[in-house]
Amino acid sequence: MSTTRIILICSGKGGVGKTTTTANLGIALARQGAKTVVLDADFGLRNLDLLLGLENRIVYTAQEVLAETCRLEQALVKHKQEPNLALLPAGNPRMLEWLTPKDMQSIVALLEQQFDYVLIDCPAGIEDGFKNAAAAAREAVVVTTPEVAAVRDADRVIGLLNTQGVTPVQLVLNRVRPKMMSNQEMLSVDDVTDILALPLLGLVFEDEQVIVSTNRGEPLTLNDAASPAAQAYNNIARRLQGEDIPLMDPSKARRGLRARMRNLMQTRIF
Amino acid sequence: MTLKEFIDKLLGRQAASASTAKQRLQLVLAHDRSDLNPELLDQMRREILEVVARYVEIDLEEGDVSLETEDRVTALVANLPIRRAVTQPSSGGTL
Repeated sequence: MSTTRIILICSGKGGVGKTTTTANLGIALARQGAKTVVLDADFGLRNLDLLLGLENRIVYTAQEVLAETCRLEQALVKHKQEPNLALLPAGNPRMLEWLTPKDMQSIVALLEQQFDYVLIDCPAGIEDGFKNAAAAAREAVVVTTPEVAAVRDADRVIGLLNTQGVTPVQLVLNRVRPKMMSNQEMLSVDDVTDILALPLLGLVFEDEQVIVSTNRGEPLTLNDAASPAAQAYNNIARRLQGEDIPLMDPSKARRGLRARMRNLMQTRIF
Repeated sequence: MTLKEFIDKLLGRQAASASTAKQRLQLVLAHDRSDLNPELLDQMRREILEVVARYVEIDLEEGDVSLETEDRVTALVANLPIRRAVTQPSSGGTL
């Protein structure tokens, strides 16, 4: 077995930030020197190309590679600013039926010969699309937000990953709002990790810059952005590489008199 | 209880929603993970009570059978206050 890390990025629920996480981690890992490919397994509703700004450069997909109508190198879309990163779409929306778990394993077997990291952007849901995407994964990152529906769906996905023997499974808690957390109007980090019983790979604070970056098709990690989300994704990439980087503390994200007042109100009195 | 929760209680305000969210999640996940809906759980609860009632006299009103989850392990927890042992266990299972 090669040493390539084959990581599924999944969530169960849609709209919690799987694709954003995949794009930002892909760029961050590549910038840290790791040869990385991001594989869009959500070929029915693919969007990873858009977030990476590569939507106009896709000619072939993994389907043509497997059908041997093109070579792998032709299908891989290299990122211009970050040549360590390549994108491979699994298929295009018109071809809805071809992908099977076996196809997925064949594609990943080809990719792991030339990359250090294969990040698989999983479709939402827990049906066939998920099962296909998960078929070749060795480890997984579950993305969730501190909301009941997202946590519940994450729990279903974690159950499926456990039965498939994917390990380790780590958690990224996305869209954290420190102010709401300190007012106890949002599930806390501990609440979510207690419930899901997963090790926390990273916290990403809610950050308007994420929307700006998707508008431009330039993930936040592409430039040395000082935005909280960019830092969070860079840190997550470093932790994946084995570096020991402390987690951000939401209660320290806000300072000043109001924050101190809020902390006082959260003091346990009995 | 935190200071905020205490003040909320004094003023009769609704408590912060995070703890409600956590409680609701824990309950729904216990059901999701065990694949038992509330109806099935209730049926199981009644059958368990029936079986136990053959051996000991239990307080049917006070009896509680529920699912609890910790660290992804779900446990069936039964809390059945016993009044006294039934002197002759009925073997047929009729109550």
